[in-house]
Amino acid sequence: MKKILFIKLICFCFLIKAQKTYTNIALLGGFAHIGNGKVIENSLITIKGSKIETVQNATGIKINPSAFDTVIYINGKHVYPAFINVNNVLGLHDAEAVKATRDFNEVGIFNPHIRACIAYNTDNLIIPTVKTNGVLYTQVTPRGGVISGSSSIMALEGWNWEDALLKADDGIHLNFPKTIIQKWADDDKHFQESNKKYIEELQQLNEFFNDAFAYYNEVNPSEKNIRLEAMKPIFAGKANLYIHADKAKDILNAINFCEKYKCPKLVIVGGKESYKITKVLKEKNIAVMLNRVNDLPDSPDNDVDLINKLASYLHKDSVLFCFQLEGDMEAMQSRNLPFNAGVAVANGLDKEAAISALSYNTAKIIGVNNLIGTIEEGKLASFFVSNGDALDIKTHQIVLAYIAGKPINLINRQFELYQKYKTKFGLK
Amino acid sequence: MIKKITIILVVVFVCKLYAQTTFPTNGAPYNPHTVYAFINANLFVDYETNITNASLLVKDGKVIDAGKNINIPKHAIVYDLSGKYIYPSFIDLYSNYGIGEISSSKSINNNPQTISNYKGAYGWNQAIKSDIDASKLFQHNKDKAFELINNGIGLVLTSNKDGIVRGSGVLAMLNCNQNENESIVLDKAAAFYSFNKGSSSQNYPSSLTGAIALLRQTYYDAQWYKNLINKTEYNISLECFNQLQNLPAIFEANDKFNAIRANKVALEFNQKYIIKGGGNEYQRLEDIAQLNSTFILPLNFPEAYDVSDILDADNITLTDLKHWELAPSNPAFLEKQNINFCFTAYDLKDKKLFLPNVRKAIKNGLSEKMALKALTHNPATLINCSNKVGALKSNYIANFFISNKSVFEDDCEIIQHWINGQSYINKDLSPIEIAGKYELKFNSNLFKVTIQNNKAKSVVLIDTSKKLFNVNLKNNLIHFSFKIDSLKNYRAIGNYNKTNKSITGKIENEIGDSFDFNLNFVDTVTSDKPKAAVSKINPLDYKKITYPFNAFGIGTNEQGNANIYSQLKKRNNNVLFKNAIVWTNETDSILNGYDVYISDGKIVRIAKNIDVLPLANVKVIDATGKHLTPGIIDEHSHIALTWGVNEGTQASSAEVRMGDVINPDDINIYRQLAGGVTTSQLLHGSANPIGGQSVLIKLRWGLNADDMKFANADGFIKFALGENVKQSWIPDYANMRFPQTRMGVEQVYNDYFTRAKEYNKNWNNFNNSTEKNKIAPRKDIELDCVAEILNKKKFITCHSYVQSEINMLMHVADSFNFKVNTFTHILEGYKVADKMKKHNTNASTFADWWAYKNEVMDAIPYNAAILTNMGVITAINSDDAEMARRLNQEAAKTIKYGNISEVEALKMVTLNPAKMLHIDNEVGSIKVGKSGDLVLWNNNPLSVYAKPELTLIDGITYFDKTENQKLIEEVKLERARIIALLLDAKKSGAKTSKYSSKTQRNYHCNTLNGVSEEITGER
Repeated sequence: MKKILFIKLICFCFLIKAQKTYTNIALLGGFAHIGNGKVIENSLITIKGSKIETVQNATGIKINPSAFDTVIYINGKHVYPAFINVNNVLGLHDAEAVKATRDFNEVGIFNPHIRACIAYNTDNLIIPTVKTNGVLYTQVTPRGGVISGSSSIMALEGWNWEDALLKADDGIHLNFPKTIIQKWADDDKHFQESNKKYIEELQQLNEFFNDAFAYYNEVNPSEKNIRLEAMKPIFAGKANLYIHADKAKDILNAINFCEKYKCPKLVIVGGKESYKITKVLKEKNIAVMLNRVNDLPDSPDNDVDLINKLASYLHKDSVLFCFQLEGDMEAMQSRNLPFNAGVAVANGLDKEAAISALSYNTAKIIGVNNLIGTIEEGKLASFFVSNGDALDIKTHQIVLAYIAGKPINLINRQFELYQKYKTKFGLK
Repeated sequence: MIKKITIILVVVFVCKLYAQTTFPTNGAPYNPHTVYAFINANLFVDYETNITNASLLVKDGKVIDAGKNINIPKHAIVYDLSGKYIYPSFIDLYSNYGIGEISSSKSINNNPQTISNYKGAYGWNQAIKSDIDASKLFQHNKDKAFELINNGIGLVLTSNKDGIVRGSGVLAMLNCNQNENESIVLDKAAAFYSFNKGSSSQNYPSSLTGAIALLRQTYYDAQWYKNLINKTEYNISLECFNQLQNLPAIFEANDKFNAIRANKVALEFNQKYIIKGGGNEYQRLEDIAQLNSTFILPLNFPEAYDVSDILDADNITLTDLKHWELAPSNPAFLEKQNINFCFTAYDLKDKKLFLPNVRKAIKNGLSEKMALKALTHNPATLINCSNKVGALKSNYIANFFISNKSVFEDDCEIIQHWINGQSYINKDLSPIEIAGKYELKFNSNLFKVTIQNNKAKSVVLIDTSKKLFNVNLKNNLIHFSFKIDSLKNYRAIGNYNKTNKSITGKIENEIGDSFDFNLNFVDTVTSDKPKAAVSKINPLDYKKITYPFNAFGIGTNEQGNANIYSQLKKRNNNVLFKNAIVWTNETDSILNGYDVYISDGKIVRIAKNIDVLPLANVKVIDATGKHLTPGIIDEHSHIALTWGVNEGTQASSAEVRMGDVINPDDINIYRQLAGGVTTSQLLHGSANPIGGQSVLIKLRWGLNADDMKFANADGFIKFALGENVKQSWIPDYANMRFPQTRMGVEQVYNDYFTRAKEYNKNWNNFNNSTEKNKIAPRKDIELDCVAEILNKKKFITCHSYVQSEINMLMHVADSFNFKVNTFTHILEGYKVADKMKKHNTNASTFADWWAYKNEVMDAIPYNAAILTNMGVITAINSDDAEMARRLNQEAAKTIKYGNISEVEALKMVTLNPAKMLHIDNEVGSIKVGKSGDLVLWNNNPLSVYAKPELTLIDGITYFDKTENQKLIEEVKLERARIIALLLDAKKSGAKTSKYSSKTQRNYHCNTLNGVSEEITGER
């Protein structure tokens, strides 16, 4: 059974149904953004099973349609590697304010043994609205405490969390003590002052790391401690240590802290002031997960576009970075991740570098670049096709998406409600 | 020891007997009438009359005479004050001296408290403390008294600094050795007010806007109460409030904008407030001058910041840095604007800094004459006591101090301070001068000794060995100890002989042998220290003042120009855009390669190839390849507000007005200009079914609150439905405020509209009645507003999510014969779009927000598309300081979700909000006759890559990309300049403090004061 498909928006449903059985697909004519900075303007991408078989310049190549189950012509459309959403609670809640649906913030100060992946609900209500925008993987991340727990890399598609799991427990998240804290003043203004408990908080953290480091070095611990057990991969270099810090001083303190405990894989999460210390970050090879590059600056004295420009500053100074959206309504906002990168482009970042910071560089930072992150031979067939520039809201129209070779249903409940009420009101 | 105690007691007792006629005496009364004569003094009779070689005659606590050629009675005790100064005691009108500490009565369990917990026939609100009479609370406190006496302050107007109405204050002298009966000069000397509810544990008011409303309603209630003939209610609070009205009124503003706000309340009720300032008045000088008010200025100039750590120093805002530099000039700036003022020590944590800081103000441009006036004449006059205090004339109370120098010189010492004719500081008028070179002889030892100065504790050098030891001088006795190589632990005590300047006495060594010693004067010492350079007076530099007083504020280039603000308002508003892609929002849609000419702030021509005379004062902008659009209008914003966005303590807060709490200094105004926003509707939050009155502003960065308001715009009020108003985030035990369900919400509306109808009727009857002696109904500013909705003079913007409640409110409105103007958020609007169309209401929604709470689980990003296609005028709003900067991108989401055309998408953030705000005849499209509120973009405005290059309001450029780069550089240089000054200050020994800084909080609908979003969780 062979079929040649010409993609149009309206043929979603048909496409999804029709493709389910195909395992050997060719996509021809798309503008491929490989993810590593390279592009192929007229590409041929072939999928076999769950993997990408070949990626090449299609100019001058004649394909033999009979070699494929399906050949899809995507002339003039853009192909992107799966965008990866990191440091996010997506999958851990539905209605964020309803306690019963909230599964991301555990009680306790040092919770390295908390594992986010097992609470990741593949039937979560928000996930379908995110994957339909080309964000196909997420690093499900717990919040709270000083050490929140470990994150895992999940596909936004799967029967259950095990099925969706790409990489389990990729790292531990540590909210580093802040030298400057914010409070409310009597007249309801933000009041920033130096953290009087800083020494105490750091001491507490040091004590925990001392215990964990000693436990790690002990061959046969007399008593098994599940918290300290969970810390072992950090010292062994088998998992990242994600340190959440924004102020330059806190980042520097975090770097020194890591060196003291010989944690080889440090990633800075947040990094609002990372632009002040790019040299250190570059030298020590520390990556930054930049938070919300459309955010407001901290200080009224800052360039109003300071945060929007962060990515271009880090790129210029060769610091490895990616985008993420921690904060208010982060799960729901995950679908806007591509546009966050678009804002960075509007503020000086090279477009392919922005794509890289959603795909290849992101995969590299979280240690899954052997599997996803680029449209390259041997990688999982996780990518999507958009009618136009996927970083720009007005041209972002996804017509095809695959996760590990499996086509994704691009109809979500919101679209269904749209159709339902359009029908009710007789709208076209 | 026993004897000593008796003596002290007797002294105290004698004091108590003195002059207290009504008190019984124990034994013979003691009423001495000693006359004191202070002669040869440099006497300040008042702030402007300085008489040299003058005398002051004092008896029975009163001045008998002061001036030249005064006969000194023979029996007078005479003090020769040659070379010394006499000043009238200073007066502090803003003190809490002698009034107990205010303890907070906040409830521990956080249960809501809707009514005052004062028992008795008081008013309903605990923050109205009009019954407080400070004279009943006043008790002397010696330690606190001397803190002030040492600064030359002899009288205070002291009051209870608690609540919005604070009762009356009492003018009292600091003669703390006497009984309070002898200290009070004037009872009920002034009434006190503020916007701060203080210790009140009652929930209302929880915001500044609520505090203003409460004060206004109290004035109206008191007027109504006064005129009631048959009182059905006795109300102590209102009785007392009415009694306060004849007194001078002092309002604690503590801030430049609150001063302006307070003045507005005063004007409404024909009052004049004396304003307790905050020290930042110079930042809005021209507005402050226009108030025509007298100020009580604090002298708590900020300490220098420690800027040695680069990264920490980055956290100090330019505003704080500049305030450190300019705060000491505040009095001088005010003086130059002819604003009258007094000083207070109230805000000083360390009262010792009072006089030094007055001197600092003088070094920063304040005249000495004004300083003295502010410390004596002004306070006395303001509370109508200038016939008793503040000067030294016959029959005035004998409150004065004697100093060795002019009181405004740095090393001036107050030698004596007399209050009510009694001395409190009483140092020797001619102290021993022991500085000099001496020979110390004892037991065949001979040393050369140098005593360096005349202070009680002086450093002494012995011999050539330069060993130091301390010398102590008390009256005529001198004692010292020293330790040098061969002599250990020698201690000595001796008597000073004035005639030959020698000291003789006993010296004792470490093993207890004692010897006689002589310390013989040999020579005087010449002071090593160069005489302190005459301190230079810094001229006032208006260049350092920007509007607002922030980074990116606008200033002047002229150091001596005080009229910056007036200049700011008169900037160029004639602009010609050449060859732009013009998004008109009119029938001609997008015009390619057109020119748009703005003259005097209005669009006057749209055509190809418009030419203007080069002489004409027109800024010509080449817009080739660029997109020109109308300015963005944010229908739902909470920026530029201060001290709370929600007065959600009651189900209705229709009486509060966001227009009262505009904060023109909010940096978000500038940030949003950089995102192309020109007009914003500032809304009350969504904590209650009937919220507060909105205010519409144009983002005229730099102008004041009134000048930012959109002129002649219709009034709007915020309503809210759903989870927020039914207090879904509040724990069950606190669920007591009605309503707690959507069912209750409907009845809140039924109730209020029914009452407002009645209210309307009562007032109409009153106004139409021809009856004599008719009595006005009670004016209720809350029902006034609700009645305006019924009369179609006020329009509703209703926060809403779920279809049921949207439907409900439209029914309520229909039943009271009005329309709901706008549903905001309206995330389920798509489900009832037909009903909304029928009701002829508008929708202002989020582009794609959802899943943040239960009632938004059915929200879809296609909402705006369905509503638009159903013919409902639809806008995209922000409700968020960050998102408002990119509303163009949010509008673009309607293209992605729902296939709206680019032209229609842009209208969702320009023309459509203008329509629903009733301002589309002025803004919202590029049309001849409309305001020049325009944005020039570098790209298609709906693209994520588009950024504004210019944002104009009324033809005036408020954001310019190129200018912005210059401002960034200026901020950097200005910071560096002040940081250099700070480093110098630290080097020269100034006390420095660790960084801390305040910035305006960013509000959302659901922001409750003092509660972070993490707790409330919702929008």
